[in-house]
Amino acid sequence: MSDTASTPPSAEIDEQTRRDFLLVSTATVGAVGTALSLWPFVNSLNPAADTLALATTEVNLAPIAEGQSITVVWQGKPVFIRHRTKAEIEQAKADDAAALPDPAKDADRVIKPDWLVMVGVCTHLGCIPLGQKEGEPKGDFGGWFCPCHGSHYDTSGRIRKGPAPLNLPVPTYEFQSDTQVKIG
Amino acid sequence: MSEQQPTSKFMQNGVVKWIEHRMPIFSFIDHSVGSGYPAPKNLNYWWNFGSLAGLALIIMIVSGIVLVMHYTPHTTLAFNSVERIMRDVNGGWLIRYLHMNGASFFFIAVYIHIFRGLYFGSYKYPRELLWIIGVLILLAMMATAFMGYVLPWGQMSYWGATVITNLFSAIPVVGESLVTLLWGGFVVDNPTLNRFFSLHYLLPFVILGLVIMHIWALHTFGSNNPTGVDVKGPQDTIPFHPYFTIKDLYGMGVFMLIFLFFVFFAPNYFGEADNYIPADSLATPPHIVPEWYFLPSYAILRAFTNEFILYWPVSWLMTAKLAGVIAMFGSIILLALIPWLDTSKVRSARYRPVYKWFFWIFVLDWIVLGMVGAHPAEGIWVVLGQVATTYYFAHLLLILPILGVLERPLATPESISASVTQPAE
Repeated sequence: MSDTASTPPSAEIDEQTRRDFLLVSTATVGAVGTALSLWPFVNSLNPAADTLALATTEVNLAPIAEGQSITVVWQGKPVFIRHRTKAEIEQAKADDAAALPDPAKDADRVIKPDWLVMVGVCTHLGCIPLGQKEGEPKGDFGGWFCPCHGSHYDTSGRIRKGPAPLNLPVPTYEFQSDTQVKIG
Repeated sequence: MSEQQPTSKFMQNGVVKWIEHRMPIFSFIDHSVGSGYPAPKNLNYWWNFGSLAGLALIIMIVSGIVLVMHYTPHTTLAFNSVERIMRDVNGGWLIRYLHMNGASFFFIAVYIHIFRGLYFGSYKYPRELLWIIGVLILLAMMATAFMGYVLPWGQMSYWGATVITNLFSAIPVVGESLVTLLWGGFVVDNPTLNRFFSLHYLLPFVILGLVIMHIWALHTFGSNNPTGVDVKGPQDTIPFHPYFTIKDLYGMGVFMLIFLFFVFFAPNYFGEADNYIPADSLATPPHIVPEWYFLPSYAILRAFTNEFILYWPVSWLMTAKLAGVIAMFGSIILLALIPWLDTSKVRSARYRPVYKWFFWIFVLDWIVLGMVGAHPAEGIWVVLGQVATTYYFAHLLLILPILGVLERPLATPESISASVTQPAE
């Protein structure tokens, strides 16, 4: 205990402020460096290149009759493609003037009014709304209904009633021809 | 304490003495859970649940390590590897049912342990940090249980993971990127399963570390006791070993009987049938429910709708969804502040005639929240959930602080011994 490694009493306080500066600046640089070195580990949790590579989906629209819907998978998520009827389009346009929690015009949510393309994931907590298949509940507004917490979407996929805060999102997509769309 | 006692035969053993001189582990154990730890002599059966929770943790770690030897963390193989454990692996069904039901019984022990602390004021000075570490253990347990439930990759696994991770999308600005970061993709998928598996293996050892800190903090001032009065001297204590080791063992026997009843005769009682359907990312089950131990939290989350009175004050600031998420996490984190929210100096509810009632109302409120969480959010359950949520926060933020000032507590005994030797007035 008494043999070694004890500080000589005289070497104590004298240059306290310069020592403190060194100590604090060294510790700060060290802490910032350590924090920055954590970034690659965090970033490794972000989508990997192969996940990102699956970022587009192409769909042939020809077999979808008016009034029918199909669900395709894009980035692992269901995308609803609905060939809307004339009545549904009229209803959607008429509802532009209704009280909408997340206001959006029907015209801004489609490229061609006949085709409604949107991500079929409820904006509340991520369940998949019903209304794609024949016989499934379509909710109070003739569009889609989420069974998890009761959100109702209209014929333009806009939220009308229930806990979801936003409309069903419209993904980036383009018409490659009259009967072919590329999503993503 | 142990210095006054004659050294045991065990401590005289040459090997023991050799190790003890270089690393005093045997006296450390003795001071932790042995004859060297003086425990209040009046600890009742409510004090069994700490050691029961410890037993449950060990059961979970041991069964979990063996399960990992047979489990495959990949979306295409996970479900089948669990079924293989159930059907083909020798005794695999037993080990998995122990692990599945062990989670429920871990939470049962811990919830009773927490309510014990609330009733007898175990969180008050000088045990605030002990209590806070306990809340951290609860949070770590919840995270571990949630991620473990995802691993079998059934429908409830998948959609539970989807709903809960989507909660983070409520956070303004960074929400969406944060969820993508959590998922490692654009939906819950293989990267999500892999990282949950990694963390599900890690977190139990974090819990173990926290438990050691919990016990360390506990032993700094010793256990609280049913009177809530400090230990005044050796006449108030008895050695932990053998008196409480034997009492804990007895409790463990009873606990194991009930636990194993469920393992052998009702192994899926706490589970959801839907989780025996493989995960399907294109079909949401009609009724998503979390495991029972999350139901009160789930009820608080869902209580926040645009019509909820507690949402109005913050409605200009955030969506109801975000408010629900904050309230859900807040309902647990607020527990850590109870040592300061409760302004009464008297620890035990035995001497707090009014608090005693409010304690039981709070227990009832928590059970009601659990029932609400189990039902679809419609009709009476919506109103009930909002009333119970309001009361939950009112209890913590209004009743506890005000009661400590207004209540006139009964006279507390001078000491633990005096509480039995002197007749109550």
